[in-house]
Amino acid sequence: MTDVSYRELSLNGLWKNNPAIVQLLGLCPLLAVTGSVVNAIGLSLATCLVLITSNTAVSLIRNIVSDAVRLPAFVMIIASAVTCIELLMQAYAYELYQILGIFLPLITTNCVILGRAEAFACKNSLLPAIYDGLIMGLGFGLILVLLGALRELAGTGALLADMDLLFGPAAESWKIVLIEDYQPFLLAILPPGAFIFTGLIIAVKNLIDARIQSRMDAMKEKPVKGSKRVRVTGTIS
Amino acid sequence: MALMRITSPHAHGPMTTSRVMQNVLLATVPGIIVLTHFFGFGVLVNIAWASILALGFEALALRLRKRPLGFYLGDYSALVTAVLLGIALPPYSPWWLIAVGIAAAILLAKHLYGGMGYNPFNPAMVGYVVLLISFPVQMTSWAPPRGTGELPGLLEALQACFTPASFDGVTMATPLDVLKQNNSLLLEDLWQQNVQFGRWAGLGWEWANLAFLAGGLWLLYQRIYTWHAPVAMLTTLTLMSALFYDGGSSASGGSPLFHLLSGATMLGAFFIITDPVSSAVSNRGRLVFGGLIGILVYLIRVFGNYPDAVAFAVLIMNLAAPFIDQYTQPRTYGHASNRSDG
Repeated sequence: MTDVSYRELSLNGLWKNNPAIVQLLGLCPLLAVTGSVVNAIGLSLATCLVLITSNTAVSLIRNIVSDAVRLPAFVMIIASAVTCIELLMQAYAYELYQILGIFLPLITTNCVILGRAEAFACKNSLLPAIYDGLIMGLGFGLILVLLGALRELAGTGALLADMDLLFGPAAESWKIVLIEDYQPFLLAILPPGAFIFTGLIIAVKNLIDARIQSRMDAMKEKPVKGSKRVRVTGTIS
Repeated sequence: MALMRITSPHAHGPMTTSRVMQNVLLATVPGIIVLTHFFGFGVLVNIAWASILALGFEALALRLRKRPLGFYLGDYSALVTAVLLGIALPPYSPWWLIAVGIAAAILLAKHLYGGMGYNPFNPAMVGYVVLLISFPVQMTSWAPPRGTGELPGLLEALQACFTPASFDGVTMATPLDVLKQNNSLLLEDLWQQNVQFGRWAGLGWEWANLAFLAGGLWLLYQRIYTWHAPVAMLTTLTLMSALFYDGGSSASGGSPLFHLLSGATMLGAFFIITDPVSSAVSNRGRLVFGGLIGILVYLIRVFGNYPDAVAFAVLIMNLAAPFIDQYTQPRTYGHASNRSDG
Protein backbone atom coordinates (compact mmCIF):
# COMPACT_ATOMS: atom_id res chain seq x y z
CA MET A 1 0.00 0.00 0.00
CA THR A 2 2.06 2.89 -1.21
CA ASP A 3 -0.60 5.08 -2.71
CA VAL A 4 -1.88 6.52 0.54
CA SER A 5 -3.64 9.82 0.07
CA TYR A 6 -2.67 12.23 2.82
CA ARG A 7 -5.71 14.32 2.06
CA GLU A 8 -7.94 11.31 2.65
CA LEU A 9 -6.09 10.54 5.88
CA SER A 10 -6.58 14.07 7.18
CA LEU A 11 -10.24 14.14 6.30
CA ASN A 12 -10.72 10.79 8.00
CA GLY A 13 -8.95 11.64 11.21
CA LEU A 14 -10.40 15.07 11.66
CA TRP A 15 -13.95 14.61 10.47
CA LYS A 16 -15.28 11.55 8.69
CA ASN A 17 -13.81 8.98 11.01
CA ASN A 18 -13.01 11.11 14.02
CA PRO A 19 -11.94 8.81 16.86
CA ALA A 20 -13.90 10.65 19.54
CA ILE A 21 -17.23 11.45 17.94
CA VAL A 22 -17.58 8.91 15.13
CA GLN A 23 -15.69 5.84 16.29
CA LEU A 24 -16.56 6.73 19.89
CA LEU A 25 -13.25 5.32 21.07
CA GLY A 26 -11.39 6.41 24.16
CA LEU A 27 -14.52 7.70 25.83
CA CYS A 28 -13.18 7.02 29.31
CA PRO A 29 -10.61 9.84 29.34
CA LEU A 30 -12.86 11.90 27.09
CA LEU A 31 -15.56 11.90 29.72
CA ALA A 32 -13.40 11.92 32.80
CA VAL A 33 -10.85 14.67 32.38
CA THR A 34 -12.49 17.24 30.16
CA GLY A 35 -13.70 19.42 33.00
CA SER A 36 -11.46 22.25 31.89
CA VAL A 37 -9.44 23.32 28.86
CA VAL A 38 -6.09 22.79 30.52
CA ASN A 39 -6.88 19.20 31.46
CA ALA A 40 -8.14 18.53 27.96
CA ILE A 41 -5.05 19.99 26.31
CA GLY A 42 -2.78 18.08 28.67
CA LEU A 43 -4.44 14.77 27.99
CA SER A 44 -4.78 15.31 24.25
CA LEU A 45 -1.10 16.22 23.96
CA ALA A 46 -0.17 13.07 25.83
CA THR A 47 -2.51 10.93 23.74
CA CYS A 48 -1.28 12.46 20.49
CA LEU A 49 2.37 11.86 21.40
CA VAL A 50 1.65 8.27 22.37
CA LEU A 51 -0.24 7.73 19.13
CA ILE A 52 2.61 9.05 17.00
CA THR A 53 5.23 7.05 18.90
CA SER A 54 3.28 3.82 18.86
CA ASN A 55 2.31 4.18 15.20
CA THR A 56 5.95 4.77 14.33
CA ALA A 57 7.18 1.75 16.23
CA VAL A 58 4.41 -0.52 15.04
CA SER A 59 4.99 0.47 11.44
CA LEU A 60 8.70 -0.22 11.79
CA ILE A 61 8.26 -3.71 13.20
CA ARG A 62 5.27 -4.68 11.07
CA ASN A 63 7.23 -7.10 8.92
CA ILE A 64 9.18 -8.67 11.78
CA VAL A 65 6.45 -9.53 14.28
CA SER A 66 4.35 -12.52 13.37
CA ASP A 67 0.60 -12.22 13.21
CA ALA A 68 0.05 -14.50 16.20
CA VAL A 69 1.87 -12.31 18.71
CA ARG A 70 1.19 -8.91 17.19
CA LEU A 71 -1.32 -7.74 19.81
CA PRO A 72 0.95 -8.35 22.85
CA ALA A 73 3.76 -6.66 20.96
CA PHE A 74 1.58 -3.63 20.20
CA VAL A 75 0.45 -3.36 23.80
CA MET A 76 4.05 -3.53 25.02
CA ILE A 77 5.00 -0.73 22.66
CA ILE A 78 2.07 1.41 23.71
CA ALA A 79 2.72 0.80 27.38
CA SER A 80 6.35 1.85 27.09
CA ALA A 81 5.38 4.95 25.13
CA VAL A 82 2.84 5.85 27.78
CA THR A 83 5.40 5.36 30.54
CA CYS A 84 7.79 7.73 28.77
CA ILE A 85 5.13 10.38 28.34
CA GLU A 86 4.06 9.98 31.93
CA LEU A 87 7.60 10.49 33.18
CA LEU A 88 7.97 13.53 30.94
CA MET A 89 4.80 15.06 32.34
CA GLN A 90 5.90 14.29 35.85
CA ALA A 91 9.08 16.20 35.15
CA TYR A 92 7.72 19.23 33.32
CA ALA A 93 4.09 19.62 34.37
CA TYR A 94 3.86 18.06 37.79
CA GLU A 95 0.62 19.71 38.92
CA LEU A 96 -1.17 18.70 35.76
CA TYR A 97 0.27 15.21 36.16
CA GLN A 98 -1.35 15.07 39.58
CA ILE A 99 -4.68 16.33 38.27
CA LEU A 100 -4.80 13.88 35.38
CA GLY A 101 -3.81 11.13 37.80
CA ILE A 102 -4.84 7.66 36.77
CA PHE A 103 -5.94 8.78 33.31
CA LEU A 104 -2.36 9.16 32.12
CA PRO A 105 -1.38 5.51 32.61
CA LEU A 106 -4.83 4.59 31.34
CA ILE A 107 -3.89 5.95 27.91
CA THR A 108 -2.39 2.48 27.47
CA THR A 109 -5.85 1.02 27.30
CA ASN A 110 -7.23 3.81 25.13
CA CYS A 111 -8.81 1.99 22.21
CA VAL A 112 -7.88 4.73 19.78
CA ILE A 113 -4.22 3.86 20.04
CA LEU A 114 -4.52 0.11 19.74
CA GLY A 115 -7.12 0.64 17.06
CA ARG A 116 -4.82 2.74 14.88
CA ALA A 117 -1.92 0.33 15.44
CA GLU A 118 -4.04 -2.60 14.34
CA ALA A 119 -6.05 -0.92 11.60
CA PHE A 120 -3.45 1.30 10.01
CA ALA A 121 0.11 1.31 11.29
CA CYS A 122 0.73 -2.41 10.94
CA LYS A 123 -0.31 -2.31 7.28
CA ASN A 124 1.41 0.86 6.13
CA SER A 125 4.90 2.23 5.73
CA LEU A 126 6.52 4.62 8.15
CA LEU A 127 5.51 8.06 6.90
CA PRO A 128 1.81 7.44 6.40
CA ALA A 129 1.72 5.71 9.78
CA ILE A 130 3.26 8.70 11.53
CA TYR A 131 0.93 11.05 9.70
CA ASP A 132 -2.07 8.93 10.62
CA GLY A 133 -1.03 8.97 14.27
CA LEU A 134 -0.68 12.73 14.19
CA ILE A 135 -4.02 13.35 12.50
CA MET A 136 -5.95 10.88 14.63
CA GLY A 137 -4.37 12.38 17.73
CA LEU A 138 -5.34 15.84 16.52
CA GLY A 139 -8.90 14.74 15.79
CA PHE A 140 -9.19 13.21 19.24
CA GLY A 141 -7.53 16.22 20.87
CA LEU A 142 -9.73 18.74 19.09
CA ILE A 143 -12.87 17.14 20.44
CA LEU A 144 -11.30 16.87 23.87
CA VAL A 145 -10.44 20.56 23.90
CA LEU A 146 -13.82 21.57 22.50
CA LEU A 147 -15.56 19.52 25.16
CA GLY A 148 -13.26 20.93 27.84
CA ALA A 149 -13.99 24.48 26.70
CA LEU A 150 -17.75 23.92 26.60
CA ARG A 151 -17.80 22.32 30.02
CA GLU A 152 -15.51 24.91 31.57
CA LEU A 153 -17.58 27.72 30.11
CA ALA A 154 -20.89 26.24 31.20
CA GLY A 155 -19.52 25.14 34.54
CA THR A 156 -17.58 28.18 35.70
CA GLY A 157 -18.36 31.00 33.26
CA ALA A 158 -14.67 31.38 32.44
CA LEU A 159 -12.21 29.94 29.94
CA LEU A 160 -8.54 28.94 30.03
CA ALA A 161 -8.25 28.94 33.82
CA ASP A 162 -5.09 27.48 35.40
CA MET A 163 -3.22 27.35 32.10
CA ASP A 164 0.01 27.89 34.03
CA LEU A 165 -0.13 24.23 35.00
CA LEU A 166 0.88 23.39 31.46
CA PHE A 167 2.52 26.48 29.98
CA GLY A 168 4.40 27.90 32.93
CA PRO A 169 3.84 31.04 35.01
CA ALA A 170 3.46 33.25 31.92
CA ALA A 171 0.10 31.66 31.27
CA GLU A 172 -1.37 32.65 34.61
CA SER A 173 -3.08 35.68 33.11
CA TRP A 174 -4.70 33.78 30.24
CA LYS A 175 -7.91 33.21 32.12
CA ILE A 176 -10.85 34.91 30.43
CA VAL A 177 -13.86 35.56 32.63
CA LEU A 178 -16.73 35.76 30.19
CA ILE A 179 -19.54 36.14 32.68
CA GLU A 180 -19.03 37.95 35.96
CA ASP A 181 -20.84 36.68 39.07
CA TYR A 182 -21.54 33.34 37.41
CA GLN A 183 -23.20 30.71 39.55
CA PRO A 184 -21.11 27.58 39.03
CA PHE A 185 -23.20 25.10 37.04
CA LEU A 186 -21.87 21.99 38.71
CA LEU A 187 -23.60 19.52 36.42
CA ALA A 188 -21.43 20.59 33.48
CA ILE A 189 -18.26 19.81 35.42
CA LEU A 190 -19.52 16.54 36.85
CA PRO A 191 -19.43 13.37 34.69
CA PRO A 192 -23.10 13.60 33.55
CA GLY A 193 -22.21 16.93 31.95
CA ALA A 194 -19.55 15.17 29.89
CA PHE A 195 -22.11 12.70 28.55
CA ILE A 196 -24.62 15.43 27.75
CA PHE A 197 -22.11 17.68 26.02
CA THR A 198 -20.54 14.79 24.06
CA GLY A 199 -24.02 13.87 22.88
CA LEU A 200 -24.66 17.44 21.79
CA ILE A 201 -21.36 17.62 19.89
CA ILE A 202 -22.18 14.37 18.08
CA ALA A 203 -25.64 15.72 17.28
CA VAL A 204 -24.19 18.90 15.78
CA LYS A 205 -21.71 16.82 13.75
CA ASN A 206 -24.51 14.65 12.40
CA LEU A 207 -26.58 17.73 11.62
CA ILE A 208 -23.74 19.24 9.60
CA ASP A 209 -23.24 15.91 7.79
CA ALA A 210 -26.92 15.74 6.94
CA ARG A 211 -26.84 19.31 5.59
CA ILE A 212 -23.82 18.55 3.43
CA GLN A 213 -25.45 15.37 2.18
CA SER A 214 -28.67 17.09 1.24
CA ARG A 215 -26.76 19.84 -0.56
CA MET A 216 -24.80 17.20 -2.49
CA ASP A 217 -28.02 15.47 -3.43
CA ALA A 218 -29.45 18.74 -4.62
CA MET A 219 -26.38 19.43 -6.74
CA LYS A 220 -26.50 16.07 -8.42
CA GLU A 221 -27.74 16.20 -11.98
CA LYS A 222 -31.34 15.31 -12.20
CA PRO A 223 -32.53 13.36 -15.21
CA VAL A 224 -34.20 15.73 -17.64
CA LYS A 225 -37.91 15.31 -17.64
CA GLY A 226 -39.28 13.48 -20.66
CA SER A 227 -36.00 11.94 -21.66
CA LYS A 228 -36.88 8.61 -20.15
CA ARG A 229 -37.37 5.90 -22.69
CA VAL A 230 -40.52 4.03 -22.03
CA ARG A 231 -39.58 0.84 -23.74
CA VAL A 232 -36.28 -0.59 -24.76
CA THR A 233 -36.43 -3.15 -27.48
CA GLY A 234 -33.13 -4.84 -27.84
CA THR A 235 -29.69 -3.32 -27.87
CA ILE A 236 -28.55 -1.17 -30.72
CA SER A 237 -24.90 -2.04 -31.07
CA MET B 1 -69.10 1.39 0.67
CA ALA B 2 -66.29 -0.90 1.68
CA LEU B 3 -66.20 -2.04 5.26
CA MET B 4 -63.44 -0.41 7.24
CA ARG B 5 -61.26 -2.92 8.96
CA ILE B 6 -60.08 -1.37 12.20
CA THR B 7 -58.71 -3.44 15.05
CA SER B 8 -60.01 -3.13 18.58
CA PRO B 9 -60.53 -1.18 20.80
CA HIS B 10 -63.58 0.21 19.08
CA ALA B 11 -64.98 2.21 21.97
CA HIS B 12 -63.20 5.42 22.80
CA GLY B 13 -63.21 7.13 26.16
CA PRO B 14 -64.04 10.79 26.36
CA MET B 15 -60.58 11.51 27.75
CA THR B 16 -58.07 13.18 25.48
CA THR B 17 -54.54 14.07 26.45
CA SER B 18 -55.43 17.69 26.95
CA ARG B 19 -58.44 16.81 29.12
CA VAL B 20 -56.26 14.58 31.29
CA MET B 21 -53.64 17.29 31.62
CA GLN B 22 -56.28 19.90 32.44
CA ASN B 23 -57.60 17.67 35.20
CA VAL B 24 -54.10 17.18 36.59
CA LEU B 25 -53.57 20.94 36.58
CA LEU B 26 -56.87 21.44 38.33
CA ALA B 27 -55.97 18.85 40.97
CA THR B 28 -52.79 20.71 41.91
CA VAL B 29 -54.79 23.83 42.81
CA PRO B 30 -55.55 22.95 46.47
CA GLY B 31 -51.90 22.14 47.08
CA ILE B 32 -50.79 25.36 45.44
CA ILE B 33 -53.22 27.38 47.53
CA VAL B 34 -51.94 25.80 50.74
CA LEU B 35 -48.31 26.29 49.74
CA THR B 36 -49.01 29.94 48.89
CA HIS B 37 -50.74 30.42 52.21
CA PHE B 38 -47.75 29.12 54.11
CA PHE B 39 -44.82 30.28 52.00
CA GLY B 40 -46.19 33.41 50.33
CA PHE B 41 -46.39 34.62 46.76
CA GLY B 42 -43.02 33.11 45.86
CA VAL B 43 -44.82 29.88 45.03
CA LEU B 44 -47.13 31.59 42.53
CA VAL B 45 -44.29 33.57 40.96
CA ASN B 46 -42.33 30.33 40.54
CA ILE B 47 -45.23 28.63 38.82
CA ALA B 48 -46.11 31.57 36.61
CA TRP B 49 -42.56 32.17 35.43
CA ALA B 50 -42.01 28.43 34.93
CA SER B 51 -45.18 28.20 32.83
CA ILE B 52 -44.21 31.10 30.59
CA LEU B 53 -40.75 29.60 30.07
CA ALA B 54 -42.11 26.12 29.48
CA LEU B 55 -44.47 27.30 26.75
CA GLY B 56 -41.63 29.28 25.19
CA PHE B 57 -39.18 26.39 25.20
CA GLU B 58 -41.85 23.97 24.00
CA ALA B 59 -42.67 26.27 21.08
CA LEU B 60 -38.99 26.63 20.29
CA ALA B 61 -38.39 22.88 20.35
CA LEU B 62 -41.48 22.21 18.23
CA ARG B 63 -40.35 24.81 15.69
CA LEU B 64 -36.89 23.28 15.50
CA ARG B 65 -38.38 19.84 15.10
CA LYS B 66 -40.91 21.11 12.52
CA ARG B 67 -43.89 19.81 14.48
CA PRO B 68 -47.34 21.46 14.51
CA LEU B 69 -47.22 24.13 17.21
CA GLY B 70 -50.89 24.46 18.02
CA PHE B 71 -51.53 20.76 18.39
CA TYR B 72 -48.72 20.07 20.84
CA LEU B 73 -48.98 23.32 22.78
CA GLY B 74 -52.69 22.62 23.21
CA ASP B 75 -52.11 19.36 25.08
CA TYR B 76 -51.04 21.20 28.26
CA SER B 77 -48.26 18.72 28.95
CA ALA B 78 -45.62 21.45 29.04
CA LEU B 79 -47.77 23.36 31.49
CA VAL B 80 -48.07 20.33 33.76
CA THR B 81 -44.29 19.94 33.75
CA ALA B 82 -43.88 23.63 34.53
CA VAL B 83 -46.42 23.62 37.37
CA LEU B 84 -44.91 20.51 38.96
CA LEU B 85 -41.40 21.95 38.75
CA GLY B 86 -42.63 25.31 40.00
CA ILE B 87 -44.15 23.62 43.04
CA ALA B 88 -41.02 21.60 43.70
CA LEU B 89 -38.60 24.54 43.55
CA PRO B 90 -38.02 26.62 46.68
CA PRO B 91 -40.16 29.79 46.66
CA TYR B 92 -38.34 33.04 45.85
CA SER B 93 -35.95 31.30 43.48
CA PRO B 94 -34.10 33.58 41.06
CA TRP B 95 -35.32 33.66 37.44
CA TRP B 96 -32.27 31.96 35.99
CA LEU B 97 -32.60 28.97 38.29
CA ILE B 98 -36.13 28.32 37.02
CA ALA B 99 -35.00 28.94 33.44
CA VAL B 100 -32.23 26.35 33.67
CA GLY B 101 -34.60 23.84 35.25
CA ILE B 102 -37.30 24.31 32.63
CA ALA B 103 -34.77 24.19 29.80
CA ALA B 104 -33.42 20.89 31.13
CA ALA B 105 -36.94 19.53 31.58
CA ILE B 106 -38.42 20.54 28.23
CA LEU B 107 -35.43 20.47 25.89
CA LEU B 108 -33.25 17.78 27.41
CA ALA B 109 -35.66 15.37 29.06
CA LYS B 110 -38.61 15.74 26.70
CA HIS B 111 -37.71 16.83 23.19
CA LEU B 112 -34.29 15.21 22.86
CA TYR B 113 -36.03 11.90 23.47
CA GLY B 114 -38.75 12.56 20.91
CA GLY B 115 -41.25 14.78 22.67
CA MET B 116 -44.56 14.08 24.30
CA GLY B 117 -45.05 10.38 24.99
CA TYR B 118 -41.47 9.31 24.26
CA ASN B 119 -39.61 10.54 27.30
CA PRO B 120 -38.22 7.74 29.47
CA PHE B 121 -37.78 10.11 32.41
CA ASN B 122 -40.25 12.41 34.08
CA PRO B 123 -39.29 15.85 32.66
CA ALA B 124 -40.13 17.82 35.80
CA MET B 125 -37.97 15.52 37.90
CA VAL B 126 -35.06 15.72 35.46
CA GLY B 127 -35.26 19.51 35.69
CA TYR B 128 -35.35 19.31 39.46
CA VAL B 129 -32.39 16.93 39.74
CA VAL B 130 -30.30 18.95 37.27
CA LEU B 131 -30.85 21.98 39.49
CA LEU B 132 -30.33 20.12 42.75
CA ILE B 133 -27.00 18.73 41.59
CA SER B 134 -25.84 21.98 40.02
CA PHE B 135 -27.01 24.55 42.54
CA PRO B 136 -27.29 22.81 45.91
CA VAL B 137 -27.24 26.08 47.87
CA GLN B 138 -30.14 27.74 46.08
CA MET B 139 -32.10 24.50 45.92
CA THR B 140 -32.02 23.79 49.64
CA SER B 141 -32.86 27.25 50.93
CA TRP B 142 -36.58 27.25 51.60
CA ALA B 143 -38.43 30.27 52.86
CA PRO B 144 -39.64 30.08 56.45
CA PRO B 145 -43.33 29.18 56.66
CA ARG B 146 -46.07 31.48 57.95
CA GLY B 147 -46.04 31.56 61.71
CA THR B 148 -42.25 31.81 62.02
CA GLY B 149 -41.81 35.25 60.56
CA GLU B 150 -43.05 37.90 58.18
CA LEU B 151 -43.92 36.64 54.69
CA PRO B 152 -42.71 38.69 51.73
CA GLY B 153 -45.44 40.33 49.66
CA LEU B 154 -46.17 39.94 45.98
CA LEU B 155 -43.87 42.80 44.97
CA GLU B 156 -41.02 41.35 47.00
CA ALA B 157 -41.67 37.93 45.49
CA LEU B 158 -41.33 39.38 41.98
CA GLN B 159 -38.22 41.22 43.08
CA ALA B 160 -36.74 37.99 44.45
CA CYS B 161 -37.33 36.28 41.13
CA PHE B 162 -36.21 38.93 38.65
CA THR B 163 -33.65 41.00 40.54
CA PRO B 164 -32.28 38.39 42.93
CA ALA B 165 -29.35 40.60 43.97
CA SER B 166 -31.65 43.18 45.55
CA PHE B 167 -33.70 40.66 47.51
CA ASP B 168 -32.69 39.89 51.06
CA GLY B 169 -34.30 36.52 51.54
CA VAL B 170 -34.70 34.75 54.83
CA THR B 171 -34.34 31.00 54.65
CA MET B 172 -34.84 28.21 57.08
CA ALA B 173 -33.96 24.54 57.01
CA THR B 174 -36.87 22.28 56.12
CA PRO B 175 -37.94 19.65 58.66
CA LEU B 176 -36.37 16.89 56.55
CA ASP B 177 -33.15 18.89 56.50
CA VAL B 178 -33.13 19.42 60.26
CA LEU B 179 -33.84 15.76 60.85
CA LYS B 180 -30.94 14.85 58.57
CA GLN B 181 -28.50 17.12 60.41
CA ASN B 182 -29.68 15.94 63.81
CA ASN B 183 -27.45 13.48 65.58
CA SER B 184 -27.89 14.11 69.25
CA LEU B 185 -31.45 15.16 70.04
CA LEU B 186 -34.42 12.97 70.72
CA LEU B 187 -37.14 13.57 68.15
CA GLU B 188 -39.36 14.96 70.89
CA ASP B 189 -36.81 17.64 71.75
CA LEU B 190 -36.27 18.33 68.09
CA TRP B 191 -39.95 19.05 67.71
CA GLN B 192 -39.90 21.41 70.65
CA GLN B 193 -36.77 23.29 69.69
CA ASN B 194 -37.58 23.89 66.04
CA VAL B 195 -40.68 25.85 65.20
CA GLN B 196 -40.84 24.60 61.64
CA PHE B 197 -41.80 21.08 62.67
CA GLY B 198 -45.45 21.96 63.25
CA ARG B 199 -47.83 19.37 64.54
CA TRP B 200 -46.85 16.16 62.74
CA ALA B 201 -44.39 16.74 59.96
CA GLY B 202 -43.59 20.37 59.48
CA LEU B 203 -45.43 23.68 59.55
CA GLY B 204 -47.07 24.11 56.18
CA TRP B 205 -45.71 20.84 54.83
CA GLU B 206 -48.31 18.66 56.49
CA TRP B 207 -51.17 20.74 55.11
CA ALA B 208 -49.63 20.98 51.68
CA ASN B 209 -49.22 17.22 51.60
CA LEU B 210 -52.83 16.71 52.72
CA ALA B 211 -53.97 19.11 49.99
CA PHE B 212 -52.02 17.21 47.34
CA LEU B 213 -53.49 14.00 48.73
CA ALA B 214 -56.96 15.48 48.26
CA GLY B 215 -56.16 16.52 44.70
CA GLY B 216 -54.77 13.08 44.01
CA LEU B 217 -57.84 11.34 45.38
CA TRP B 218 -60.01 13.51 43.11
CA LEU B 219 -57.88 12.43 40.14
CA LEU B 220 -58.33 8.80 41.20
CA TYR B 221 -62.07 9.38 41.37
CA GLN B 222 -61.92 10.85 37.87
CA ARG B 223 -60.08 7.69 36.77
CA ILE B 224 -57.13 9.61 35.40
CA TYR B 225 -54.91 6.83 36.70
CA THR B 226 -55.25 3.65 38.73
CA TRP B 227 -54.64 3.37 42.45
CA HIS B 228 -51.75 0.90 42.13
CA ALA B 229 -48.64 3.06 42.02
CA PRO B 230 -49.59 5.66 44.67
CA VAL B 231 -50.92 3.08 47.11
CA ALA B 232 -47.87 0.88 46.66
CA MET B 233 -45.51 3.80 47.19
CA LEU B 234 -47.26 5.08 50.30
CA THR B 235 -47.50 1.56 51.72
CA THR B 236 -43.83 0.75 51.35
CA LEU B 237 -42.83 4.18 52.63
CA THR B 238 -44.99 3.61 55.71
CA LEU B 239 -43.60 0.10 56.19
CA MET B 240 -40.01 1.24 55.85
CA SER B 241 -40.42 4.14 58.26
CA ALA B 242 -42.31 1.96 60.74
CA LEU B 243 -39.59 -0.66 60.50
CA PHE B 244 -36.79 1.80 61.24
CA TYR B 245 -38.70 3.92 63.76
CA ASP B 246 -37.59 3.23 67.31
CA GLY B 247 -39.90 5.51 69.20
CA GLY B 248 -38.00 8.70 68.60
CA SER B 249 -34.30 8.31 69.42
CA SER B 250 -31.82 10.61 67.71
CA ALA B 251 -30.86 7.83 65.31
CA SER B 252 -34.36 7.07 64.11
CA GLY B 253 -35.43 8.27 60.71
CA GLY B 254 -38.75 9.77 61.77
CA SER B 255 -42.20 8.33 62.24
CA PRO B 256 -44.34 6.98 59.39
CA LEU B 257 -46.66 9.97 59.76
CA PHE B 258 -43.69 12.31 59.44
CA HIS B 259 -42.56 10.66 56.22
CA LEU B 260 -46.03 10.53 54.72
CA LEU B 261 -46.66 14.21 55.31
CA SER B 262 -43.30 15.81 54.71
CA GLY B 263 -41.35 16.87 51.70
CA ALA B 264 -42.74 15.87 48.34
CA THR B 265 -44.31 12.57 49.40
CA MET B 266 -47.89 13.21 48.31
CA LEU B 267 -46.93 15.33 45.31
CA GLY B 268 -44.71 12.47 44.21
CA ALA B 269 -47.23 9.73 44.92
CA PHE B 270 -50.16 11.31 43.09
CA PHE B 271 -48.65 13.66 40.52
CA ILE B 272 -45.17 12.40 39.63
CA ILE B 273 -45.08 8.61 39.69
CA THR B 274 -48.51 8.38 38.04
CA ASP B 275 -47.12 9.93 34.85
CA PRO B 276 -48.38 7.44 32.22
CA VAL B 277 -45.35 7.87 29.96
CA SER B 278 -42.44 7.23 32.28
CA SER B 279 -43.98 4.72 34.70
CA ALA B 280 -44.60 1.01 34.29
CA VAL B 281 -47.64 0.19 32.15
CA SER B 282 -49.43 -2.83 33.64
CA ASN B 283 -51.22 -2.70 36.98
CA ARG B 284 -48.92 -5.33 38.45
CA GLY B 285 -45.95 -3.41 37.09
CA ARG B 286 -47.23 -0.23 38.70
CA LEU B 287 -47.42 -1.97 42.07
CA VAL B 288 -43.76 -2.94 41.78
CA PHE B 289 -42.82 0.46 40.39
CA GLY B 290 -44.56 2.43 43.14
CA GLY B 291 -43.47 0.06 45.89
CA LEU B 292 -39.81 0.31 44.98
CA ILE B 293 -40.07 4.11 44.79
CA GLY B 294 -41.44 4.13 48.35
CA ILE B 295 -38.51 2.06 49.58
CA LEU B 296 -35.99 4.21 47.71
CA VAL B 297 -37.53 7.44 49.01
CA TYR B 298 -37.05 6.27 52.56
CA LEU B 299 -33.52 4.94 51.97
CA ILE B 300 -32.32 8.08 50.21
CA ARG B 301 -34.01 10.42 52.71
CA VAL B 302 -32.54 8.73 55.73
CA PHE B 303 -29.23 7.34 54.50
CA GLY B 304 -28.49 9.51 51.47
CA ASN B 305 -26.86 12.88 51.08
CA TYR B 306 -29.82 14.99 50.07
CA PRO B 307 -32.75 15.89 52.33
CA ASP B 308 -35.58 14.87 50.03
CA ALA B 309 -35.51 11.89 47.76
CA VAL B 310 -38.62 11.72 45.62
CA ALA B 311 -36.94 13.08 42.50
CA PHE B 312 -33.99 10.69 42.69
CA ALA B 313 -36.18 7.70 43.49
CA VAL B 314 -38.50 8.50 40.59
CA LEU B 315 -35.64 8.85 38.10
CA ILE B 316 -34.04 5.58 39.19
CA MET B 317 -37.33 3.76 38.81
CA ASN B 318 -38.08 5.48 35.48
CA LEU B 319 -34.90 3.84 34.30
CA ALA B 320 -36.13 0.49 35.62
CA ALA B 321 -39.67 0.80 34.24
CA PRO B 322 -39.03 -1.03 30.92
CA PHE B 323 -37.39 -3.83 32.87
CA ILE B 324 -40.41 -4.09 35.18
CA ASP B 325 -42.70 -4.10 32.14
CA GLN B 326 -40.74 -7.00 30.71
CA TYR B 327 -41.50 -9.18 33.73
CA THR B 328 -45.04 -8.04 34.45
CA GLN B 329 -46.61 -8.49 31.05
CA PRO B 330 -50.25 -9.36 31.56
CA ARG B 331 -51.38 -12.68 30.09
CA THR B 332 -53.17 -12.25 26.80
CA TYR B 333 -56.73 -13.51 27.07
CA GLY B 334 -57.00 -16.99 25.62
CA HIS B 335 -53.28 -17.68 25.73
CA ALA B 336 -51.21 -19.55 28.24
CA SER B 337 -49.03 -17.45 30.49
CA ASN B 338 -45.65 -16.47 29.15
CA ARG B 339 -43.79 -18.28 31.84
CA SER B 340 -45.10 -21.77 31.16
CA ASP B 341 -43.93 -21.87 27.56
CA GLY B 342 -40.69 -20.04 28.31
